[in-house]
Amino acid sequence: MPAESSSPRVGVFICRCGVDIGGVVDVPELVEYVKGLPGVAYAVEDSFACSTSGLEKIEGAIKQHGLERVVVAACTPRTHEAVFQSACERGGLNRYLVEMANIREQCSWVHRSDPRAATEKAKGLVGMAVAKARLLQPWEEPEVKANPNILIIGGGVSGLSSALSLADLGFKVHIVEKEAELGGMLRGLHKLFPTMQDSSESLQGIIGQVWHNRNITIHTSSRVRSVGGTISNFEVEVESGRKAVVRLNVGRIIVATGADVLTPHGLYGYGNDDRIVTQLDLEGRLKNGTLKGVGSVVMIQCVGSRNDERPYCSRICCNTALKNAQILKEINPDMDVYILYRDLLTHGVESSALELDAKMKGVKLIRYRAENPPEVTSGDDAVVVKVFSPTVNEEMILRADLVVLSTPLVPRGEASELSGMLGLPLDSLGFFKEAHQLSPLDFATEGIYACGAARAPKDAVESISEGLGVASRAAEYKFSRRRGRGAAFAEIDEKKCSGCGICIELCPYNAIKKNEIGISSADNTLCGGCGVCAASCPERAITIHSFTDDQLEAQLVAAIGRRLGK
Amino acid sequence: MTGYEPRLIGFLCNCCGYAVADLAGISRIQYPTNISFLRLMCCRRLDPSIVLEALSEGVDGVMITTCSLGGCNFIRNHEQVEEKIRFTKRLLEKAGFEPERVTLEYLFASEGRKFADQVDKFIESVRALGPSPVSGDSPDKVILLNLRAAKAVAENYRMRALVGKEEKLVKEGNIYGEPVTQEELDTVMDDALENEYVHQKIRLTLLEEPASVKKLSEKLGIDSKKVLEHIVAMRQLGWVDIKEVLGNSPIYVAQEVHE
Repeated sequence: MPAESSSPRVGVFICRCGVDIGGVVDVPELVEYVKGLPGVAYAVEDSFACSTSGLEKIEGAIKQHGLERVVVAACTPRTHEAVFQSACERGGLNRYLVEMANIREQCSWVHRSDPRAATEKAKGLVGMAVAKARLLQPWEEPEVKANPNILIIGGGVSGLSSALSLADLGFKVHIVEKEAELGGMLRGLHKLFPTMQDSSESLQGIIGQVWHNRNITIHTSSRVRSVGGTISNFEVEVESGRKAVVRLNVGRIIVATGADVLTPHGLYGYGNDDRIVTQLDLEGRLKNGTLKGVGSVVMIQCVGSRNDERPYCSRICCNTALKNAQILKEINPDMDVYILYRDLLTHGVESSALELDAKMKGVKLIRYRAENPPEVTSGDDAVVVKVFSPTVNEEMILRADLVVLSTPLVPRGEASELSGMLGLPLDSLGFFKEAHQLSPLDFATEGIYACGAARAPKDAVESISEGLGVASRAAEYKFSRRRGRGAAFAEIDEKKCSGCGICIELCPYNAIKKNEIGISSADNTLCGGCGVCAASCPERAITIHSFTDDQLEAQLVAAIGRRLGK
Repeated sequence: MTGYEPRLIGFLCNCCGYAVADLAGISRIQYPTNISFLRLMCCRRLDPSIVLEALSEGVDGVMITTCSLGGCNFIRNHEQVEEKIRFTKRLLEKAGFEPERVTLEYLFASEGRKFADQVDKFIESVRALGPSPVSGDSPDKVILLNLRAAKAVAENYRMRALVGKEEKLVKEGNIYGEPVTQEELDTVMDDALENEYVHQKIRLTLLEEPASVKKLSEKLGIDSKKVLEHIVAMRQLGWVDIKEVLGNSPIYVAQEVHE
């Protein structure tokens, strides 16, 4: 960090935001107060600081008044920080020398009935921002170098969609598929909801394009053995079926490993009677045309899901059951088809239409309660299903030639190994988890993405959408080289570090490694700036830039307005 | 307690806490002005010493709002924040300072109303506690010294190493692979905490003014024998030294500590 003058000149820009701030907070009084704060060389109000003219005024003032730090008292940094950072850059100031005071969302908007108290609070908020701004340090973001190679783990419909999208943009894509053939789950399915198109037909189209794309290399019967390195420079070892190891250097990694269908061992007599099957088994029979001599089918929903062990709804099973019931009715309109359900999840236009259509074709929907599930008994000439319907308040006895169990999609066994290898967290169920609910295509480790059923139960259309979604995320760096996490990152003082390794275990980003002399060293292209390392380091050897101890202390002192001797 | 308005600080993580505070604003949900918020990237940044610093500065209460389970990108976020706050509260109890002045809340980024309710509730609960004993211009000197000692403990190498290794020691055992039970560890932690805390109190008292064991014993209300034991240990660490001998009693002075 270059040395700065001991008391940098701070410029404060206070936004009225029309009446949103100005109508509550006494802005002229605030400006006068701010002028008296230590370090403030310039303070001014504006009606809309984020407008073109407002930003130009900031740029001009930086040059004219020789400002070295900028405080913008306006709205939330979550939406506007980048706008003001860019303005400062245009004014010739490093973009990380800006601090915002949130006097709108966290002041004027929530204290509308008490303008006096809101004005006093705003003074405190701006004071805190000025105190922090004086201690900000410039930072030059390390450039993330472009690496045109991308690894996609999993050759199902989600991964293949990603691959095609990225290959068309000019990336060199490697697909690693554990099976001998591409296609994943779709290979075993019959027709796809909602188009009712043959699964193999759709899949063959995609697979054909993938095989013929020169930018795509396919590694079947292969698995990822190890992953090292960081964004734009991942070192990957891929082991093929014959134990040959291929080494790849890739810039981004997409995980599209899909999910398994739960095999309901011991539930409703599954495994003891081959007339009791899963929806996936039924799909296979429909696909191969081996469904013969069936006059009556009973489907049971929520088998092994929405219980204590798997508390989630698998989302796709209601549609699957309705779709297959309808197909059975098309094969033989006289067939009795029952769906025993707890709650029927048919949301959206197409799904509701499917439900209606199935009912019109004569599929019978019978509700059951979780505390009173159906009973399945194998008889000689039929399987007998007893179900208590709360709707008509009586028990029904159904004779079935085939009982079909709708079981949920469950995380694949290899997910936890991959999670550890990639630093990609799993949720409590074992599915890969996004960085934040409102950033659904971003993940904990930069440069690594997950899509499709590996994230949560999804149907083919949703899996394709998500595959394309993460492809666009992965491709962004072709156009933007920013790290995207701002100037919050850990720096470890080698002289203080004792090499205890506590930080390495705590770091959720896998950003800290031991160097050749056993001292921790943090990679700022990976670090997310959470600060758990600094808060835990016994030697207090770690600084979190943009959130240093000194900066936080300065904010606290400014907030309380008291400074007793240390 | 007429006219008392608590002054509170809230720490918010960027992804949920700060977002939910913004959402309360966007929804125009009103709450009192007694609290000001500090943005962190993540609440795991909260070193206990930061919370203790806020309280020593005289703030009446500290609210920490972080992601609800499932709302955060990191599963272990909760454990890691909670562990730190537990340790902070333990130190506060030692210091004779109400641990209820610190609260940890979990929210999703979508729960603006709940956030405002929690703020209201916390302001009222701190109002009921009355002003912090160390707030204002004439803070309670004994408690202030205690808080500073607690903060010094939180910054102390040995304590931090113990807290940092806690989980590993319980789950994987010590370096000889011997399992350590939570109870054993708690005993070790309690002893270490008590020891470090008294060390720090003596050090801070000596920083104000060099003193004899007798004087220290009076000032801190600790048995003089105990004070002497600590002084001996602290001398070995190089934390104190003898300044002079008055009559028969040595006068001790605090030394600059380089950990």
